[in-house]
Amino acid sequence: MIVLEWLFLTIAACDAAEPWQLGFQDAATPMMQGIIDLHHDIFFFLILILVFVLRILVRALWHFHYQKNPIPQRIVHGTTIEILRTIFPSIIPMFIAIPSFALLYSMDEVVVDPAITIKAIGHQWYRTYEYSDYNSSDEQSLTFDSYTIPEDDLELGQSRLLEVDNRVVVPAKTHLRIIVTSADVPHSWAVPSSGVKCDAVPGRLNQISISVQREGVYYGQCSEICGTNHAFTSIVVEAVPRKDYGSRVSNQLIPQTGEA
Amino acid sequence: MAGEIALKTAPADFRFPTTNQTRHCFTRYIEFHRCLAAKGESNECERFAKYYRSLCPGEWVERWNEQRKNGTFPGPL
Repeated sequence: MIVLEWLFLTIAACDAAEPWQLGFQDAATPMMQGIIDLHHDIFFFLILILVFVLRILVRALWHFHYQKNPIPQRIVHGTTIEILRTIFPSIIPMFIAIPSFALLYSMDEVVVDPAITIKAIGHQWYRTYEYSDYNSSDEQSLTFDSYTIPEDDLELGQSRLLEVDNRVVVPAKTHLRIIVTSADVPHSWAVPSSGVKCDAVPGRLNQISISVQREGVYYGQCSEICGTNHAFTSIVVEAVPRKDYGSRVSNQLIPQTGEA
Repeated sequence: MAGEIALKTAPADFRFPTTNQTRHCFTRYIEFHRCLAAKGESNECERFAKYYRSLCPGEWVERWNEQRKNGTFPGPL
């Protein structure tokens, strides 16, 4: 009974692209939750307008069919309706703009100093991650490459073209600063469940601030065409409890053979 | 090295409030070297060193170190 409950009643969060997926992936950061909420706000108005327009359209087609109604009307003016149909559609974008701008400006606001800086550097066709907060000299940062696991090397249950050998380990519920750049051509670092898509431009450091709210493994893909293997550079972020973060990172400081 | 790692990094700098942090990294690097030139190898300069190491990719730092050695560094050291 407990097993059945566990199998069917636990809700597995969707943090990777699913086949035939229509909606968003589940939010893992407040930013993504804000994006989803804005989407719901806009969708409400969208449905309102859609239903209204469809109704007018169907009604016009139905009642003014040429066989039932061979002589078309010739009304060309109507001051009241013209005023209404100008004012009303200009109010709707105002209602949409309020949550939209609120989200936009709050995304840029950095209210808390980040606790960690992680550099995500795009290459053709892999990623390099640097955790350099702990160096005492220019040499020693924790740096590792992250390659997508080729199809032939996948184990059962792993996602095709999404899994990587070394994941980006981050502590959950911590303010992170991610610096995205590229070493050769433009790439883009995108993790949909965290609401992040940031272009990696060579010669430029783009900063994003996120705070992953739950532990889990989040998948993303390169979002800027970067050559032949653009589809084969993926991103995997693993959020671990804050107290485990230290040991995970120090484990990676010792070179490892085998699993990440 | 296992166990607790103090989670500290370069703070958000109000001089660079936008997404583009290229200048932030460059400025911290220059600040460190100007501090060294002014005060020598002191502990106060180490703070700036930590900041630029957190922000700047390792390749950039290596390239700038090379340029400083060759005297071709394009910045007000």
